Amino acid sequence: MVPWIVALPLAGALVNGLLGGRLGRRGTSLVACLAILGAFLLSAAATQGLVTSSERAAHVVRLFEWIGVANFRISAAFQWDPLSALLALVVTGVGFLIHVYSVGYMADDPDYSRYFTYLNLFVASMLVLVLGANLLVLFVGWELVGLCSYLLIGFWFERPAAAAAGRKAFVVNRIGDAAFVVGILSVWGLLGTLEFREISRLLGEGGGALRGHPGLVAAALLLFAGATGKSAQLPLYVWLPDAMEGPTPVSALIHAATMVTAGVFLVGRLWPLFEAAGPVLGAVVAPVGAATALFAASVAVVQYDLKRVMAYSTISQLGYMFLALGAGAGGAAFFHLTTHAFFKALLFLAAGSVMHALHGQIDLRHLGGLRRSMPLTFLGFVVGALSLSGIPPLSGFWSKEEILHAARVHAAAVWAVALATSFVTAYYATRAAVLAFWGEPADHHAHPHDPPPAMAWPMAALAVLSAFGGFLGAQWAGAPLQAFLEPVFGDHGEASSVAGAEVAGAVAVALAGVVAGWWAHRARREPDLGPLGRALAAQWGVEALYDRAVVRPAKALSHLLAQRVDARVVDRAASGLADLVVQAAAAVRTWQTGNVRQYAAGVLAGAVVLFVYWVLR
Amino acid sequence: MEVLLFAVSAALSVAGGVGVVAARQPVHSALSLLLVLGSLAVLYLTLAAEFLAVLQVIVYAGAIVVLFLFVIMLLHARTPESRPSPLGGQWSLAVPLGAALWAGLSYAVLQLPAGSRELPPEFGSTEAVGRELFSRFLLPFEVASLLLLVGIVAAVVLGSSPAPSSVPPRSASGREEA
Amino acid sequence: MTVPAAAYLLLSAALFTLGTVGVLVRRTALILFMSIELMLNAVNLAFVTLARVHANLDGQLAVFFVLVVAAVEVVVGLSILVHIFRSRDTVDVDEVDLLRG
Repeated sequence: MVPWIVALPLAGALVNGLLGGRLGRRGTSLVACLAILGAFLLSAAATQGLVTSSERAAHVVRLFEWIGVANFRISAAFQWDPLSALLALVVTGVGFLIHVYSVGYMADDPDYSRYFTYLNLFVASMLVLVLGANLLVLFVGWELVGLCSYLLIGFWFERPAAAAAGRKAFVVNRIGDAAFVVGILSVWGLLGTLEFREISRLLGEGGGALRGHPGLVAAALLLFAGATGKSAQLPLYVWLPDAMEGPTPVSALIHAATMVTAGVFLVGRLWPLFEAAGPVLGAVVAPVGAATALFAASVAVVQYDLKRVMAYSTISQLGYMFLALGAGAGGAAFFHLTTHAFFKALLFLAAGSVMHALHGQIDLRHLGGLRRSMPLTFLGFVVGALSLSGIPPLSGFWSKEEILHAARVHAAAVWAVALATSFVTAYYATRAAVLAFWGEPADHHAHPHDPPPAMAWPMAALAVLSAFGGFLGAQWAGAPLQAFLEPVFGDHGEASSVAGAEVAGAVAVALAGVVAGWWAHRARREPDLGPLGRALAAQWGVEALYDRAVVRPAKALSHLLAQRVDARVVDRAASGLADLVVQAAAAVRTWQTGNVRQYAAGVLAGAVVLFVYWVLR
Repeated sequence: MEVLLFAVSAALSVAGGVGVVAARQPVHSALSLLLVLGSLAVLYLTLAAEFLAVLQVIVYAGAIVVLFLFVIMLLHARTPESRPSPLGGQWSLAVPLGAALWAGLSYAVLQLPAGSRELPPEFGSTEAVGRELFSRFLLPFEVASLLLLVGIVAAVVLGSSPAPSSVPPRSASGREEA
Repeated sequence: MTVPAAAYLLLSAALFTLGTVGVLVRRTALILFMSIELMLNAVNLAFVTLARVHANLDGQLAVFFVLVVAAVEVVVGLSILVHIFRSRDTVDVDEVDLLRG
């Protein structure tokens, strides 16, 4: 059954890609949505089997041997275990809702079937990534989602900004991927296997003899570098804000709910390896996550493009997930991954509704007063924003609480950063909501209205999930999600001892953020933040640093190569060869007289030569 | 007796061969070819190949040479090739190459060991050849019939379609045409 | 065999060489064809001689198939020749050189 989960979206992509033009919009959307719905139902059925059976060991489905050279044997295989099941459900579930939303959002786009081909292909690739039973299959999915991301960011490639953003995403991801490939090779060199089950077995319970082995530490660091590229962590986050050039449902699906969490998934998938690598989790993953969380949240405060606010928010929330992983709370990280998929997709879809209603207007300075004209969108956005801020009882509260608790147990400094991030998060979420939905309409000529049903229903579904999805992992409900993931991450009992005062403190911080955001922007004014504001607007100088240290030298080198090496060496060599061929041909073609008798003489001469050779031999 | 037969037939066939190559008129060439074919048939008889001797006369002399004569008639091709060939070097090329070929072939033949095996009775008779043809060589035999069919179809197609008008006749200024 | 096989084979070589020279020096397509027939017959003679020497019928059967192929070749070749003559009004092979480079 597991391979079919991948096969359905892939079939959808093939059908739409090959026959897209002939199916019509109705047919295209039916094929695309039904393929994802089928995959979701199959995943749900398979998960049902996993929940009810007592045995939760990973179940591997081997398709065929893919590479077999000496002892390097890799099979194309899928693995079904609680972690894959959770991700498959999120990908297909949220994916289905966003497909439906896209039917409404892209209704007027001329490249309708191309869009759905890419979207289906993306879901199939993401499923390969989460279901792969070894690092190489995972890597195939990893690269395929990167490709889909590139294609969809640049979906409107006739706009230079979109094409450039796609290129940037591709190049930045290459850096992380290079590290990832080297990491895979190190794992092979060290353990002699790429199968996840084998890795778990070899490194089981703390890593045994290999615990803290330098090679293992290097492999873990390289793999984590790959994860920072895909999940837009410091220092490789720069592509994600630009990726908002793509259609908004794509931002919701790929750049908020699913693909960018692949890095988190990778660390979770290789949990035994990271645990055995000694200090990597605590000393690298947690600080990087915490720094990214605070950094991105602070930059989000001064953004005016609503989608960019959401992009930085996504980076920040992914930082939270890495923080949780670094603190050793894998269950909390994946709980937050799930709730984040719900509320961030909801926020993006609400932003998409605003764009849809206002013909692409997304600048917070030109929005306002949409509360009355778009009540449904308003409601969705507020639910999402409060969930993001961590206000109880919405889903974000529960998962963020788990992470804050894990951070406190882990290290005081990390906990402080996480709390500060919580305040800033609540602040910018409130700011965005106030600027977009309260006050007076900025443009009195536009008549915004709520979106059509195809877009409204997925938003409603996601709003319900954002509001109540937290009970999946809430401690008082017995934390069923963490219990489900227990075979992957082991039992981390400390989560059961969350103190009431701690929760109260965290909620107070979040509420303070909301109040501060409300108060600072209540009259739609921007408070002057002085030099801090300028530093934030410049992303603390990171983009400028990249520009000076990487982009300009690379451009200068390319220029040199193009002007000197290409034109003077490569081109001359190529045209010189071509000239040589032309001249040689001109000389040789005179032998081709077209006269049969001369040819016969040639044949006879050849026969005589052969005869002489044969006689003299 | 056999030596005499061989000497006469060999002399006639070589004379015919020279005639084929040297005759001015195609008709004379065709008749010389007939002479070669006939003397070869006699030689086949001395080599215990009765069936082939008969075939040689029927197929070669009876069919192929007649076909040549028909075509010569059809084309009025009495080209005497009187003017010098544009390929003047062809003779000077042909004679040494031909001599070398002949020398090489003769050298190879003289390397062969002498002597021959005893023949079984009925060797080369129609019955013996037919037995082989319909047992071991059945598939090549059927394929040969297919080849003949293809030849017939090709001849019909080529003969019935009008001459292609897209290729202009080559205007040979100052050259004599048949 | 009172006459040695080598004599037959030498005759065959002589006829083959005559045919070859004919192909090289003659320009009339018909005579070219006949020279080729001469070469085929020279080879046939060698086949029959060696069949006799080895007391093996395979050589004679090869001659049979050569006869078949020669017949087809002559039929198709002459058809093409007639075609060329009708369109170009010549049977001189030196004037049929459209395939020159």
